[in-house]
Amino acid sequence: MKHLGWKCCLLMTMVLASLPLFAQQAPSSAPTGSPAATSASVSEQLKQLDQRVTAAQSAGDNAWMLVSAALVLMMTGPGLALFYGGLVRRKNTLAIMMQSFLLMALISVLWALVGYSLCFGGNGPVIGGFEHAFLRGVGADPNPDYAGTIPQSTFMIYQLMFAIITPALITGATAERMKFSGTILFLTLWFLVVYAPLAHMVWGKGGILNASLAGKFPTLDFAGGTVVHISSGVSALVCALYLGKRTGYPKQPMPPHSLVLSFIGACLLWVGWFGFNAGSALAANALATSAFVATHMATAAAAISWSIAEWLKNGRASALGAISGAVAGLVAITPAAGFVAPMPALAIGFIAGLVCYFMVTKVKSIFGYDDALDAFGVHGAGGTIGALLTGVFAQQVINPIFGAGKAVGGLDGHWGQLGNQLVGVLIAWGFALVGTIVLLKITDMITGVRVSETEEVEGLDITQHGEEAYNLES
Amino acid sequence: MMKIEAIIQPSRFESVKDALREIGIEGMTVTEVRGHGRQKGHTEVYRGREYTVDLLPKLKLEMVLPDPLVQRAVDTILKTAKTGKIGDGKIFLSRIEEAIRIRNEERGENAL
Repeated sequence: MKHLGWKCCLLMTMVLASLPLFAQQAPSSAPTGSPAATSASVSEQLKQLDQRVTAAQSAGDNAWMLVSAALVLMMTGPGLALFYGGLVRRKNTLAIMMQSFLLMALISVLWALVGYSLCFGGNGPVIGGFEHAFLRGVGADPNPDYAGTIPQSTFMIYQLMFAIITPALITGATAERMKFSGTILFLTLWFLVVYAPLAHMVWGKGGILNASLAGKFPTLDFAGGTVVHISSGVSALVCALYLGKRTGYPKQPMPPHSLVLSFIGACLLWVGWFGFNAGSALAANALATSAFVATHMATAAAAISWSIAEWLKNGRASALGAISGAVAGLVAITPAAGFVAPMPALAIGFIAGLVCYFMVTKVKSIFGYDDALDAFGVHGAGGTIGALLTGVFAQQVINPIFGAGKAVGGLDGHWGQLGNQLVGVLIAWGFALVGTIVLLKITDMITGVRVSETEEVEGLDITQHGEEAYNLES
Repeated sequence: MMKIEAIIQPSRFESVKDALREIGIEGMTVTEVRGHGRQKGHTEVYRGREYTVDLLPKLKLEMVLPDPLVQRAVDTILKTAKTGKIGDGKIFLSRIEEAIRIRNEERGENAL
């Protein structure tokens, strides 16, 4: 059997290898006639060749983008679900995982109905339109405004995965005390009212922050520093303040129940993030590679800087610290990934690790808000730092987004970009702050946002879902 | 008949169990427990938040033995469970009124 398998492989390889040969031989065996006929057949051949080249590029790009879409989905489930799941107390494990998982389903449905269209249909300055509602007109043909070599369906499903993870990140701040019904209602509204406009402003055609499609304040955001991380991180802070502290916080110890789960989750996030950042090139090209490398380097540097900070402070480097640092680095490099060289990426990661460490260990206790799993400390702070540093380190040799030879960021001498980045950051902060407050009020009136104290003490797994993560008796 | 309850360091369990088996002790019940005596706990830090853990994991061994075996068992536990550091645990002895084997209702030392 083994030999047969080998022979089959060999045979297939030979067949595949010989295909291009046939393709090359076919035209040369064509009859040669008068000069006019020859030139006609040459232009015909060129046309065919052009079609084949386009088809080959499309195939390569599409393969990478479908894999990237799957990688980004993996960041939410199981990545984020495990990362957050391990950080909560045992009695709330399933509840927090369920929130991530249900968002995978819920946002997908909303995306098909109106979400994609609100983000990427139309060309308004703030929000898209309804031209692609119910995925009308979204099929095999590319949408040249966004990604000219892949089916628009691929672009659509790829962008969906970003829309899923963004609200899921917020659940880190509401963990262990928010009602399931309230969570679902709030995040549905949040997706429509906060995420969709922001995504359109930064990435959509005509959006006021769009850097490549003539926005008024061209903000560099390669893979979602403002759209995903600032928006979710700042909203997380508002949620933490609105909900109030968990019962017993900070007196009662609330250590993570399984850092093993968190560890696996963080490693899946690291891997999945290659789809998130390198995939944001929207093609299998050199820019994707550049973003891949920058992402990896920043993550490594951030894991190290957080560990060093911890080592100096506590005399030990913890596993939770190293993985938290890695996530901080991933967040911070997200807006910069497709604009910066590897050395600046190391710098961005290193700085982000230190800043987020400071936010999580010091700032949180100074102000006393209960951002349970540090969604603001890592995503809000890391996203902001990353967005600003993108303005410093972006280079036209990596990505000439403003046109060939035109300076992009501070390193190129275009320090004005830092101002544009700041505008983008402020708009994202403002939008997330106001939107979240209003939506929390509305949610509070309809379903309520917080479980009762009795339910909180008993745990969300039993009270919200009627099951337990660990049935030790069974 | 006496009951020996020994609370020991989990790391010493395998040695204690093997040594007890060597002197002919065939049955015991082991429970994972948490507690503290004079031993102080330790501090854990999660993202800058410090937790003092003062209940430490221990194992509790329980066995009921006929009188002649008791002293040898105690000696064996003392010898094998000791590390010499604070936190090695304790042994409690108590007299047992009766023992009954559920399968055939044997009583007394025959039931052990």
